Amino acid sequence: MKQKPRSIKSKIYPLMLILLLIVLWQALCMSGVIPPFMLPSPSAVLKAFCSEFRILLDHSYITLQEAFFGLSISIVLAVLLALVMEQCSVIRKAVYPILVISQTIPMVAIAPLLVLWLGYGLAPKVTLVVLTCFFPITIALMNGFQSIEPDQILLLKAMGASEWQILWHVKLPSAIPSLFSGLEISVSYAVVSAVVAEWLGGSAGLGVYMTRVRKAYAFDKMFAVIFWIVFISLSLIWLLKRIKRKTRPWENIREESNQ
Amino acid sequence: MLIAENITKRYQGKATIEDVSITIRDGEQVSLIGPSGVGKTTLFHVLSGVMKPDEGSVTLNGDHITGTPGRVSYMLQKDLLLQHKTILDNVILPLLVRGVGKKEAKEQALPLFETFGIAGYEKFYPSQLSGGMRQRAALLRTYLFSGSVLLLDEPFSALDAITKADLHKWYLSVAEKMGFSTFFITHDVDEAIRLSDRVYVLNGIPGKIVGEVQIKGEKPRDTEFLTSEAFSAYKRTLLELLSKA
Repeated sequence: MKQKPRSIKSKIYPLMLILLLIVLWQALCMSGVIPPFMLPSPSAVLKAFCSEFRILLDHSYITLQEAFFGLSISIVLAVLLALVMEQCSVIRKAVYPILVISQTIPMVAIAPLLVLWLGYGLAPKVTLVVLTCFFPITIALMNGFQSIEPDQILLLKAMGASEWQILWHVKLPSAIPSLFSGLEISVSYAVVSAVVAEWLGGSAGLGVYMTRVRKAYAFDKMFAVIFWIVFISLSLIWLLKRIKRKTRPWENIREESNQ
Repeated sequence: MLIAENITKRYQGKATIEDVSITIRDGEQVSLIGPSGVGKTTLFHVLSGVMKPDEGSVTLNGDHITGTPGRVSYMLQKDLLLQHKTILDNVILPLLVRGVGKKEAKEQALPLFETFGIAGYEKFYPSQLSGGMRQRAALLRTYLFSGSVLLLDEPFSALDAITKADLHKWYLSVAEKMGFSTFFITHDVDEAIRLSDRVYVLNGIPGKIVGEVQIKGEKPRDTEFLTSEAFSAYKRTLLELLSKA
């Protein structure tokens, strides 16, 4: 329990800086240096956020749905591909460079094509989420497999274990922490890429809302939605960390016994 | 009885060990000593079946087991307990691998926790145990592999002197009680003399058996034996064999 004050302390510095920046921003707006139509003050953003909250919630539901489907498909695909690449080095050597190259393609450029191919519904958004999220998860999983001690696998072989038994008892459980570190990156990508896909067409979602308020020059609402997206991403990362702790009971025990 | 005959293993055309023959009789405690890089671990890989020799054969009680893993128990240098499994789940792993059901495996393993001195730690994770306790758990897991012959690669090398002396005494009593035989790798000549009925010396490039020394003396061998002239004589013989390269 000794750790708690320290973790609060470490959070206090960035929080104070953020607070300071907001105060500065408010002062700048109130002094009239920046005209309000260009940059709304924090208080105006907060007001817009409160008045638009119900609408934001409805749009968030759509965006989160896309992110969730996209992320789920990404996990399934990444696990399958990482497994195939782990078990067969020829496939790994063939596929890995293509995976890396595919990441240099700007996803924002692909998004309009996806809309043309797949329409204005859920499909293009989910596809874009999959395209962005799938790679970091796959790489993290592969690193997880690679980091297993070779002697650990040798020991299982000495027991007479089959490839499947080695996979089940050693490789898969050892890769779970890596899966989570991949997911921590992907989960914020998922929300952002769903929003980007929504910019290009659709009837609901945070991206659609953003496009609307931008066209109306409602900058206060624009900032409100930007902060809202940041908040959603942070919440998802926090949630993921909670789940990660649940899947690794031995780590919690070690932390407790260290105190 | 584990018999290895004329084992030769080559890496890229060069022999690491050549024409090595070993016999481990039932209930016998035998050590293998030799300088590093002489091929001790290679020989153990071959005996355990995870590596096929280029020449020679391995038999266990008359069955040919050359290149067949799972018949002889093998413990590698580190304890290699899986950190995501409890001690009980770690220990029953060799049984699960062999196809024993989980419930049955646990029933088989639980009574042995007392013998191996880790009763009460069944539900703990490896990270919660001290080095000595982890080693006991790893030994129980190794025993559950096969239970007749245990190959142990430097099982006590990572432990401090006091823990080591305690574990030596404890190990010999367990081995006697359960009736298994052991083949140890060790760097430590004192340890070899203390634990073994017989010591093989592997030396040279490629590694060959350059000597075999029978150790007499009641076990457990206490301080009196360790300071006796007989002990010094054994030590001299073994050190001479080790320096001959």
